[in-house]
Amino acid sequence: MTEQFTPVVWMLLSAALLTAGMMAVAIFLGPRKMNPVKAEPYECGIKTEDPPLNMRHPIRFYVVAILFIIFDVEIVFLYPWAVVFRQLSLVAFISIAIFIGVLMAGLYYAVKKGVLEWR
Amino acid sequence: MDLSRFNLITIATPLVLGAGVLLVMLVDLLSGRANRRPAQLAALAVVLAAAAVCLATWNTGGVSFFGQVSGDGFASFFNLIFLAVAFLVILAGPAYLERNAIHFGEYYSLVLVSVMGMAFMAAGTNLLVIFLGLETMSLALYVLAGFNPARQSSNEASLKYLLLGSFATGFLVFGIALVYGQIGSTDLARFSAYLAGAGDPFAGYMGAGVALLLIGLTFKMAVVPFHFWSPDVYDGAPTVVSAFMSAAPKAAAFAAALRIFYAPAESLGLPWERILWILAALTMTVGNLSALNQASIKRMLAYSSVAHAGYLLLGILAGNELGAAGILFYLASYVFMNVGAFTVAWMVNRRGEGRYDLGDFAQLGFRRPLLAAMMSVFMLGLIGIPPLAGFFGKLYVFTAAVQAGYVWLVVIAVLNSAVSVFYYLRVMVIMYMRENEALKDVDRIPATFAAVAACALMVILLGLIPGSVLDVARAAVASMP
Repeated sequence: MTEQFTPVVWMLLSAALLTAGMMAVAIFLGPRKMNPVKAEPYECGIKTEDPPLNMRHPIRFYVVAILFIIFDVEIVFLYPWAVVFRQLSLVAFISIAIFIGVLMAGLYYAVKKGVLEWR
Repeated sequence: MDLSRFNLITIATPLVLGAGVLLVMLVDLLSGRANRRPAQLAALAVVLAAAAVCLATWNTGGVSFFGQVSGDGFASFFNLIFLAVAFLVILAGPAYLERNAIHFGEYYSLVLVSVMGMAFMAAGTNLLVIFLGLETMSLALYVLAGFNPARQSSNEASLKYLLLGSFATGFLVFGIALVYGQIGSTDLARFSAYLAGAGDPFAGYMGAGVALLLIGLTFKMAVVPFHFWSPDVYDGAPTVVSAFMSAAPKAAAFAAALRIFYAPAESLGLPWERILWILAALTMTVGNLSALNQASIKRMLAYSSVAHAGYLLLGILAGNELGAAGILFYLASYVFMNVGAFTVAWMVNRRGEGRYDLGDFAQLGFRRPLLAAMMSVFMLGLIGIPPLAGFFGKLYVFTAAVQAGYVWLVVIAVLNSAVSVFYYLRVMVIMYMRENEALKDVDRIPATFAAVAACALMVILLGLIPGSVLDVARAAVASMP
């Protein structure tokens, strides 16, 4: 039973080695030019405009994120359905049609309510 | 795929409600910014359609969806209760929402979503379906509780309900997980069969599982010691929402509890009777004693609804047919009394949303005799005065408990009813005997008045024909698989 896990151990070892190797290369060979921007939290080379804790995000980000999640989940259902579509009966087609119909009604509602307008 | 396993008749009522939610949302969307009437009318039509479907499919469903839902008379009976409450709050609501400048079309769709969840709670014969229904119901209620974003108390109510409610749901889910761990299924038939066959019903994970299930459900019923949220939430939420919340979800929680505990209780007597005994006694006593001293009518009604949850627990504890049918009858009358009382409370509120003082009722008996008379019907019904529906509800549930041998608990319940006379009658004393405090007049709102009148009529009517309604309730209980 234990030997089944040998590949896993090998994978862990090689992952550790690879990571250590890449870090070593960066530490020993990389150039070091320190400046204040790099020391900031969420450093990505661009100066942060506000201290992140005080920053207010417009609620639109969340609404868009929610909409995204809904359609993301829709895809999760649609892909397997599309792959085996030919083997499935009419019931599956009607079910998915209802599912998409409900989602489309939701999308229509969101668009009409002006959720996607970036004011 | 075998279509016969998906008998849509079993979930016809919640299906109509689900489609209705979409319809109401779209109608509201298309009817312009200022006009909410189309949404209200659409919602009323949806409720009526659902009620018609419910009556047409009464006890014709049977178990379907791989044993997950049962469209029996029990589900139909409860669906009718939920739909009646929804109809009343949708009919009465607009005046209140207009007054507070919170008349959004989402009110109607949220009420309908919530009722759809309740319908699944009443129809579920699988713990997970009951859980799903409970969550659907609760999520809509969390939003409804915070429906007045400008008022801090409404936000507070919403947040409190959300935090405590989701915590309680966590208990419920964990209880389901433990039950599953013990019997390898979330099916209620397997659950009862296991309990009937097991030597020790609390063996393994079962004891902890059932205890956690009980916590999750009794939280929604607002049973002491899980009631602390209810006065704050009922008080802070917009009053139309309080009317809805104190009536329908409580009925739904009892429907779920009966689904889970009735069959095992009937076959072997409840192994957890001692827990329920203590819960019932505590709930009645704490609810009534706390209600005695409330200056706000909303808080008083909240504590009174806690006390009523205690009386209702007697029916579950009794575990016989009369107990279960008694609960159905009790709830059918209780929802009308509570919705009516809450609605009158906001109609006569003359000091602004922040203060629901009992003094608002001063002189109501002379200024608006009909409204005062109806409020008296609700108060007398909640006490349980004989010709009214409340009396027969209590009578059936208490009789069932005596038959099952819980004489002392019934003595406690009757003493508690006597205590409750004080605070219910106080409202009437204020209405008919207190001096005028120069308050401004109560608005005349025909639709809301009609809703209150319908409540009062139902309380009187159910008191006139209790026998035949009880027969329907008995048949409903007997139709449970």
